[in-house]
Amino acid sequence: MRARAAGARLGLAVVVLWGAVTVGFAALQLMDGGTLDLILGTSSQATPEVRRQIIADYGLDRSVPEQYATYLWHVLHGDLGRSYQLRVPVSEAIGDQLPATLALTSCALALAVVVAVVVALLTAHRAPWLRGGFAATETVALSVPQFWFGTLLLIVFSFTLRLFPAAGGLALPAVALAVTPAGMLAQVLRKGLEDALDEPFVVTARARGLGDGAVRLRHALRHALLPAVTLTGWLIGTTLGGAVVVEQVFSRPGIGRLTLTAVTNKDMPVVMGVVLVAALVYVTCSLAVDVLYRLIDPRLRTEAAA
Amino acid sequence: MTGPLVEARGLRIGFGAERAVREVSFRIEPGECVAFVGESGSGKSVTARSLVGLAGPGADVRAERLVVGGTDVRRLPERRWRSIRGGVVGLVLQDALVSLDPLRPVGAEIAETLRRHRAAPRGRVRERTIELLATVGVPEPGLRARQRPHQLSGGLRQRALIASAIAADPALLIADEPTTALDVTVQAQILDLLAERKRAGTALLLISHDLAVVARLADRVHVMKDGAFVEEGPVREVLRAPRHPYTRTLLAAIPSERTRGSRLTVTAEPGPAAASAPGPAPGREAARKVVVEADGLVKAFGDRRAVDEVSFRLHAGETLGIVGESGSGKTTVARLVLGLVPPDGGEVRLDGAPWSALSESGRRPRRREIQLVHQDPLSSFDPRLTVRRLLNEALRDGGPSRATLLDQVRLSPALLDRRPRELSGGQRQRLAIARALAPSPRVLVCDEPVSALDVSVQAQVLDLLADLQARLGVAYLFVSHHLGVVHHLSDRVLVMRGGRVVEAGPVGRVLTRPATAYTRELVAAIPRLDGADAGEPVA
Repeated sequence: MRARAAGARLGLAVVVLWGAVTVGFAALQLMDGGTLDLILGTSSQATPEVRRQIIADYGLDRSVPEQYATYLWHVLHGDLGRSYQLRVPVSEAIGDQLPATLALTSCALALAVVVAVVVALLTAHRAPWLRGGFAATETVALSVPQFWFGTLLLIVFSFTLRLFPAAGGLALPAVALAVTPAGMLAQVLRKGLEDALDEPFVVTARARGLGDGAVRLRHALRHALLPAVTLTGWLIGTTLGGAVVVEQVFSRPGIGRLTLTAVTNKDMPVVMGVVLVAALVYVTCSLAVDVLYRLIDPRLRTEAAA
Repeated sequence: MTGPLVEARGLRIGFGAERAVREVSFRIEPGECVAFVGESGSGKSVTARSLVGLAGPGADVRAERLVVGGTDVRRLPERRWRSIRGGVVGLVLQDALVSLDPLRPVGAEIAETLRRHRAAPRGRVRERTIELLATVGVPEPGLRARQRPHQLSGGLRQRALIASAIAADPALLIADEPTTALDVTVQAQILDLLAERKRAGTALLLISHDLAVVARLADRVHVMKDGAFVEEGPVREVLRAPRHPYTRTLLAAIPSERTRGSRLTVTAEPGPAAASAPGPAPGREAARKVVVEADGLVKAFGDRRAVDEVSFRLHAGETLGIVGESGSGKTTVARLVLGLVPPDGGEVRLDGAPWSALSESGRRPRRREIQLVHQDPLSSFDPRLTVRRLLNEALRDGGPSRATLLDQVRLSPALLDRRPRELSGGQRQRLAIARALAPSPRVLVCDEPVSALDVSVQAQVLDLLADLQARLGVAYLFVSHHLGVVHHLSDRVLVMRGGRVVEAGPVGRVLTRPATAYTRELVAAIPRLDGADAGEPVA
């Protein structure tokens, strides 16, 4: 029973990835000008020989279904094609940039989670002024545009106070990227904590002699984590999206910059590669969320047995 | 220790402007069992919880004297409360499914008390946890300690909850409605377990809305109403010769074989049909027309047969009770009769015509003839709709006027603009009955309609159901785990166990002279008011 459910979930993940590849391919076919012109660029004056060579290299003389099948086959083997602009394999172009982005997003998310957990633990069911003050701050935090906040951080901490470098550092971009997810997570966590603290088992725990801190940490937090984990799965995706903007603001290398350049230059193999990587991240995250959910809530694990 | 374990004098508890408890005084001696009895909202739980400093957020607790275990607990700092909680006083709440942390193994909850009060050396916590589970009668304690509340039956998890409360060997155990969520045989076992704790020397403070539950266990009882004690004394005296009218009301409200055919509420307002209590009502004996006929019903979920060859007939204007414990298949029978799930075998016929065999679209024109009232009316209403709109919706296809309907269920028209959440439990169940009656049904399926209600409110709803049947001639299929309720209301009864009917017949015969061992066991487990005299000595 459980193996079948896991199999179904993996199957679904594969379908999502295949969908991403197919949509990317379809988008390429629908671009005006055709693939050949994209490769050559508008200003290029290629000889017929060069054109023929490219057509042969990229298989552009074959039918669309044939091209699709070939593309799918290559993707399955980890070959995402070559960048038209950078003249390197797409996997290499992405591989070069991915670590920087991963470093940025994971720092931002870790920061967001830590801040949100601490804020939620400290403010759930506390004095109205404290709780209300933080709740309002969170609302502001999650509505602030990241490029604006990033620029603000640059002006204050790099240009005025000169505490951080304007380019190359990790701290400021991570903070800029963490603000939105931290705000969202803190709100969801606090709501979860307050719901849990109203449950009868909290009365029982306190009647055992447990202090407020122990009740929050040992009992309520785990309940509050359930909705937060779902949200985090989704936040990882949006944070990757946010990285596009933040990398630009802080002139950091990364997938964001790569994507932006590729889109502007209509470098479709790179765009499709990025779409595929993004889909892969999404799928991995939602699988991880499912697993985490079962770790936190044992009731889901034993449902079939009960 | 010398002197009383608990002494409260002039105890008052307020929440803002609301005065929940007004000047109550009581004592609990070491090893004795004191009971607080009253309806929800009477202040009994708040009073008990003030003994562990958990009266609730915003509670203003004042007293001339409030001593727990030798400590004056007035304005006690939180840190010192923590050694009283669990150490001197243990607390057991109603439903262990939500009163134990659902995400943690029950063993961890017990260990928590042991560690907090250093009641076992660090290396022996696990061993002691298992010992405690064994003490409270949990079989395979080693295995159970690793399981979570939802993996245990209602009785086992209530035992685990009690184990977590007594782990540090408190001198007083507060049990707040400890058996309300349980089946009758399990309730009897839990009461036995509490009696055992008392024999072991633990004082008990038992809180219940049901006098019959406390009758067996308590030495002294305090009857509470609107935040004050209206009567107090040794339990036998209070039960045998209640002095206060309210105590008499509470006693009269308990449904049982003795109350059959009479009203449970001592009310000043004689309803239009009040004269004709359940019993030989006109039309009831005359028309023995079969409205619902179930023949060899089978329903399986996976490998388990939830309902196994169940057959019965429901006649016009009669009440057929279905009793059984949780998991006996009684609710599935109700769902089969309603046509909500298709049977895997057998058939339900309505008025002699196919019913379960029809397609849903075939059933729809006749759905109005068979209506449902369930246990939790709150979740059966759209919380955003007002009473007016809920009734209008139910009356969409005709039926009596809204005013008639309200009058039938004795709901004031002043409630029309309220929403379900703003009604009391009894008012909600009346509204649910009104809604079910709106399409003038011939059959009402009642699935545990009074299980969530206090005894006194339950009595009002049961009286209402009896009146309505006498007046409208509706047949009831009455599903309940409460034998007293079924005995009070039903004409005939089916006793179910494991999906099968173990015994069936007129209620007077089946529940007073049971033919099967299982029914005898069920009947023996019913808490009785005379329990204080009969049975084993408790102290």
